[in-house]
Amino acid sequence: MIAPPDSSPPGSRSARSPAPPPDLLTLFVSFAKMSLAGFGGVLVWARRAIVDQHRWMTADQFNETFALCHFLPGPNIVNLAVVFGARFRGVAGSIAALAGLLGPPVLIVTALAVLYSSYGAIPALQRTLNGVSCAAVGLFIGVTARMMMPLLKRRDPVALLLMAAVFVVIGLLRWPLPPVLLVAVPFGIAVTYLSRRRNTA
Amino acid sequence: MSGFIETLIGLAVAFGLMSLLAVGGANSTIPEMHRIAVEVQHWMNDAQFADMFAIAQLSPGPNVLIVTLIGYHVAGLAGAMVATLAMCGPSAMFAYFVGNLFERAHHSPWPALLQASLVPVAIGLMCASAYILVLTVDQTAIGMAITAAAAVIAIWTNLNPLWALAIGGGLGFAGLVS
Repeated sequence: MIAPPDSSPPGSRSARSPAPPPDLLTLFVSFAKMSLAGFGGVLVWARRAIVDQHRWMTADQFNETFALCHFLPGPNIVNLAVVFGARFRGVAGSIAALAGLLGPPVLIVTALAVLYSSYGAIPALQRTLNGVSCAAVGLFIGVTARMMMPLLKRRDPVALLLMAAVFVVIGLLRWPLPPVLLVAVPFGIAVTYLSRRRNTA
Repeated sequence: MSGFIETLIGLAVAFGLMSLLAVGGANSTIPEMHRIAVEVQHWMNDAQFADMFAIAQLSPGPNVLIVTLIGYHVAGLAGAMVATLAMCGPSAMFAYFVGNLFERAHHSPWPALLQASLVPVAIGLMCASAYILVLTVDQTAIGMAITAAAAVIAIWTNLNPLWALAIGGGLGFAGLVS
């Protein structure tokens, strides 16, 4: 985003005002850029581009939108692209942002899939991937632990019990996901609703 | 040929359903992906599943693209496209409509309530994902040390995760993991 020559210098008050809404091409290109920068997660780059670089949203607006996308089902960042695109340019905006987010990395991953199916059995590559897998799983454990800490600190027994129960039936007993969610989600909503009503009453 | 079409339909149904069940994000569905791909359909073994998880983490873009790898493994290019669209399409449409709805119901208490009740479920699912992933990777002493070190890095530092992946790959290439 190159500023026009007569615009205010950086740091002046008008430079802090929100940017004009992005057009479809800009949506596509900027989501493609954040997606391609995002190794191990796109969220950090999305925040940087949307809030800091382009100023399409304030930090609070971004947090609120991401919270919404986090509780909607499906990949969070895909939801973010859809909701963000829709806010500025409707259906076409959603499609442009989604195409930018998914198009280029899908091409890359598909190329890697082709390579893996041809060369995945080569011992040196197999050894390397084993090492990468070990590290990738460790990173995943770390992310999970970081997400769990606020929940542990709240010490809400019902929430902890629900979390543990979901872990046991899905992780240890390997039950299918649909029936588990059919019970766990309404239960979680009911319990949260009742405890909040009790607290406010 | 009809077998191929059936396989594509199977991918579309499995991932289309998973798309709408991904509470808290795509990572919550790793146990279900593993259950279907390894245990029910026998599309791949544990080691291949772990490889695909690793490749998805190594490549840029959303981590959900592990489904592109699974789809390609099962049914080539068509499988990759079907799996990707099935995993992202239904939830994207849902997000479009519900997102619009909530933008208007800005001050309703329901979004916060739903979020608070879904968090324990989502984290329970993440823990199950982590547990299943640990079982699929090599359990040699050095492999487990790499996993533990990467976890420590992710919890207590803000180091770029690519470093952990690169070091793990380097140790693996050197023949230290398996």
